[in-house]
Amino acid sequence: MIELQDATKRVGNVIHIKPTNLTLQTGHFNVLLGATGSGKTSLIKMMAGLDPIASGKVLMDGQDVTRLNTQKRQISLVHQFFVNYPHMTVFDNIASPLRVAGMAQSEVEGRVEEAADLLQLRPMLKRRPHELSGGQQQRTALARAIAKESRAVFLDEPLANLDYKLREELREQLPDLFAGRGAVVVYATSEPEEALLLGGYTALMEDGRVTQFGPTADIYRNPENIAAARVFSDPPINVAGITVSNTQAQLAGGGGWTVTDMPDGEYMVAVRPHRVTPYRTSDADVELTGRVIVTELSGSDSSAHFRHGSDDWVSLAAGVHPYQVGEDHSFYMNPAHCRYFGQDGKRVA
Amino acid sequence: MRTENQKAWFFVLPVLALVAFNALVPMMTVVNYSVQETFGNNQFFWEGLGWFEQILRSDRFQAALGRQFLFTFLILIIEVPLGIIVALSMPRKGFWVPVCLVLMALPMLIPWNVVGSMWNIFTLPKIGLMGYFLNDVLGINYDMTQQPLSAWITVIVMDVWHWTSLVVLLCYAGLVSIPDAYYQAAKIDGASPWSVFRYIQLPKMKTVLTIAILLRFMDSFNIYTEPFVLTGGGPGNSTTLLSIDLVKIALGQFDLGPAAAMSLIYFAITLLVSWVFYTLMTKDDAQ
Repeated sequence: MIELQDATKRVGNVIHIKPTNLTLQTGHFNVLLGATGSGKTSLIKMMAGLDPIASGKVLMDGQDVTRLNTQKRQISLVHQFFVNYPHMTVFDNIASPLRVAGMAQSEVEGRVEEAADLLQLRPMLKRRPHELSGGQQQRTALARAIAKESRAVFLDEPLANLDYKLREELREQLPDLFAGRGAVVVYATSEPEEALLLGGYTALMEDGRVTQFGPTADIYRNPENIAAARVFSDPPINVAGITVSNTQAQLAGGGGWTVTDMPDGEYMVAVRPHRVTPYRTSDADVELTGRVIVTELSGSDSSAHFRHGSDDWVSLAAGVHPYQVGEDHSFYMNPAHCRYFGQDGKRVA
Repeated sequence: MRTENQKAWFFVLPVLALVAFNALVPMMTVVNYSVQETFGNNQFFWEGLGWFEQILRSDRFQAALGRQFLFTFLILIIEVPLGIIVALSMPRKGFWVPVCLVLMALPMLIPWNVVGSMWNIFTLPKIGLMGYFLNDVLGINYDMTQQPLSAWITVIVMDVWHWTSLVVLLCYAGLVSIPDAYYQAAKIDGASPWSVFRYIQLPKMKTVLTIAILLRFMDSFNIYTEPFVLTGGGPGNSTTLLSIDLVKIALGQFDLGPAAAMSLIYFAITLLVSWVFYTLMTKDDAQ
């Protein structure tokens, strides 16, 4: 278990991490999700003890490790870059932390071979990193993290520099590789899709703070604020202003529906692109008419950016749809999928 | 199917022409002199390999060659480790980086003959600051114009002062190109500073270090100006390195044949040792 208590990181006068409270449980797969520069790496370095923290505390299994050296924290870290000792064989690379820890040679061999088997590195054990492909190099780094008995494993965008196929393959294996090892696993990524595929728990990060933390599916379905809703959506979530008066919600660009339990006033409505379709999905659907600005076809999905009033909307629908750029099209949205936020960005309904 | 296309040769022609003018033609002139006896009015007599034999057998050449190897050996064994140590202790980021870099580059910006004159004046007993300080303040008997050992120490120290910066700058470039991630990985593993040097910094510096060693070998093996200005090869012949001896034969005695033969032997040795160095140091990568 890792706990952050009001932990802050500052470099000079710039605050990189605002006071953060977070508890990550042993055995859980925890995803840090946020855009580049949102503080994922900073947070990892704080927990790993690579960067000093300005104020607050870091606890591991209840023990205060705020001032404890990195090597005494029993952790592993896998980077976005493939970091291996260049002049050591794959075997020696995986074995290096075990040897530094003074483990007996027979046990070292056993552990290295176990890790190598898990990551299909056995035929490469005698090779050097520069003789391996990018995927094999990163698997070596992962094997080193697995072989070492760690209380926490930090994976900082470990798949970012791999090609698409390898990324999918390794991503599928990752949760299983670390399951049952008695470590807190922390995985940083900037891709919402990756967080959803990995499951477990997700901490949303924005601008140096954790905006929401909980089981990944919960966060996806129930973002607490507009920032969380934005981070956890790719393509970006649709956000538009609405006016509620007498339980009637009205979009500025036309289209309205009935809402309950919301006092009169100005709100923001957020709805995911795949809930805005060029065809009717239910009787309750609201029709939005707008001029199509851009269309994209990705695989078997078509997306259309259209202008509705003064707002830009995105629709993402399965199948190929013949949009005409510059023409008006009708799109449909079921109000049941809408999330409502106040002007301050907090969730209302 | 493969088609033969001879057009490619045309693209090589400019390079051939360039190399011919700046290397082959001057070199062939030397080859020409080295196999003939030259008299006034451009009269030549065929000498064969006689000059080569004479040079290789001569005690004078062997002594100069010995001094040259000793000098280069001392230079490499001092400048390379020293350069690595200085590079390691330089700051990686912040205000002091440009300051250190400029200070490091300064000695290399000074013309070679100025370096020689500077050190000559600096180390002269009685007059020079260092000469005076060593003799009259510390009471050490030091005179590079009279004592071979003093002369050698002065020549070596001068070269270390002049050229260690090159090794430093090259190693420093290699060091700063190592991503932080490597140091973090070592920190997490709990690796000692020695292990960080041995398993991260040294392997990552290897390429630039190879270049640094090669450059320092070639430069120190061919060194002429600075020791010539500083000691003129003396006292006696004690600091007469190969190039100084060569100039004495060629321009002092005007023995063109032996001088040309000696040039070619000198060149062959430099080339051969460089090649051996390079092959040994890059052997590992070629696997």
